[in-house]
Amino acid sequence: MSPKLTQAECAEMCVRIRRHIIEMIHAAGSGHPGGSLSATELVTALYFHFLRQDPQHADAPDRDRFILSKGHGVPVQYAAMAERGYFPIADLTTLRHIDSRLEGHPVKGTLPGIEASTGALGQGLSIACGHALAGRLDGRDFITYCLLGDGEINEGQVWEAALFAAHQRLERLVAIVDANHIQLDGYTADILDTEPLVDKWRSFGWNVIEIDGNDLAQVFAAYEAAGANLGRPFCIIARTIKGKGVSFMENSVAWHGVAPDAEQTAAALAEIGEAR
Amino acid sequence: MSTTRPVGRATRDAYGDVLVALGAQREDVVVLDADLSGSTRSGKFAAAYPERFFNVGICEANLVGVAAGLAGAGKTAFISSFSSFLLCKGFDQLRMAVAYPRENVKIIGTHGGITLGEDGASQMSIEDFALALGLPGVVVCHPADDASALQLLTQIAAADGPAYVRLGREKAPTIYGEGQSVELGRAEVLRGGDDLTIVANGMMLGLALDAAEQLAAQGVQARVIDVHTLRPLDEATLAAAARETGALVVVEEHLRVAGLGSVVAQAVVQHAPAPMRFVGLDGYAESGSPSALLAKYGLTCEAIVGAAQEVLAAKR
Repeated sequence: MSPKLTQAECAEMCVRIRRHIIEMIHAAGSGHPGGSLSATELVTALYFHFLRQDPQHADAPDRDRFILSKGHGVPVQYAAMAERGYFPIADLTTLRHIDSRLEGHPVKGTLPGIEASTGALGQGLSIACGHALAGRLDGRDFITYCLLGDGEINEGQVWEAALFAAHQRLERLVAIVDANHIQLDGYTADILDTEPLVDKWRSFGWNVIEIDGNDLAQVFAAYEAAGANLGRPFCIIARTIKGKGVSFMENSVAWHGVAPDAEQTAAALAEIGEAR
Repeated sequence: MSTTRPVGRATRDAYGDVLVALGAQREDVVVLDADLSGSTRSGKFAAAYPERFFNVGICEANLVGVAAGLAGAGKTAFISSFSSFLLCKGFDQLRMAVAYPRENVKIIGTHGGITLGEDGASQMSIEDFALALGLPGVVVCHPADDASALQLLTQIAAADGPAYVRLGREKAPTIYGEGQSVELGRAEVLRGGDDLTIVANGMMLGLALDAAEQLAAQGVQARVIDVHTLRPLDEATLAAAARETGALVVVEEHLRVAGLGSVVAQAVVQHAPAPMRFVGLDGYAESGSPSALLAKYGLTCEAIVGAAQEVLAAKR
């Protein structure tokens, strides 16, 4: 099952994951680096400490679920899955190429461990509710995690699902909002403001915690709290920096959805550094 | 309903019965509705198996997504609402969360077509088959009466994979006799004849059979075929009909584009090209009694007879 990396080991893994993200999007020639880099700590901590999954038994009925609702952030998920042994690391650079299993957005059935086809934004939380409901019906204790973007939650379906989860008291459901403040066309505050996030989710009937989503200690603490959660669904508002770890991508609208060229890739990798 | 044939129950009533039977037989069956469970008859399942019934409220997009998640976790999920709301409001979710990953979700749209009547065009689905056929790999089915609905819904429940079924609000003319078997994917020849073929389904079959009787009085023998399954389409039966009768009329309670007429025409053109005519809708209807609506919007025995005479002239 989970290798349970320590927090310090996860920090090293984040370096490896960020390198993969840059390299694979460069190799693809297109993709979304900003929202993958912002979610690196959130996804790495899950895959290497909290998520009870076994790549050899990816369909185990008791597995924890991870559903990436913000499907454009899939490079961070692929990188974590490859490092966890779901598929060879060498496959990462086939991202977005013809005949690759690494689709530009997640597609259920292409790789074990991809639970939903996403990329048409707003749909993952509903699907996560279905898994959580099935778990309760079957008396299983798995946790369903769903990662959303703060731009993505413009979509009305997210709020339908948020109402439903609270109404059904799905306490084994964890929504993580990667609040990096930027969506494709600009700052969320300018396009369609989704703040105040904590108040919104709380008023919808969720237990809410707000953290710095790029701080592993806070991320670990949030997932510990989520695991002990009772009574209501649990929401983590993770304040993150879009493009985190690469100075020229940080907080940049321009780096939402473009691939770095060779020179930019070299510069990004130099900044990220090498894992020890 | 504008036909002299005896009427039985509405096909949505068969749905309620099939759900209750399935609930007793299968622990994996769950049912979801979007605040229309009384109308869709999924409420019968809710009363019998409340722990496996989920009313999501008036949230069709979420309805589809939650069902997809349940199916992903091994359940067989039936979702129901009016066909217009389910297909139109839930379409992207049906595409991404059901059709694309081939989840075992059964999409049951009741109150199909214009024969729901007085509630008017906002509730009427005239484009549901066009949308459902736009979901690759999804079975598309429209039973005509109580007996065939009971059989087809049971078969759909037993088969793995997504399916869309349109059911009706109104009591439906009885088409099938007791003990007559109906099979998903197999078109039923309801009446023999070699002069032309009338293809129909759902509420239109009673009218089609009436038209065939009128034509017989004029010395024209029409073959009548129930294409209750639009996908997978029984191309062999349609090709044989086209070859043997040389002319076809398709009748549907749906837009004349991208529904039954289109799929039948595609099959005929490939296997045995023949003149065809199409009786169907060209736009939105309005409030009124079902029979008044059928008359005003051209879904009548006379319209079918007229189309038959036209296509016979084209054949010669």
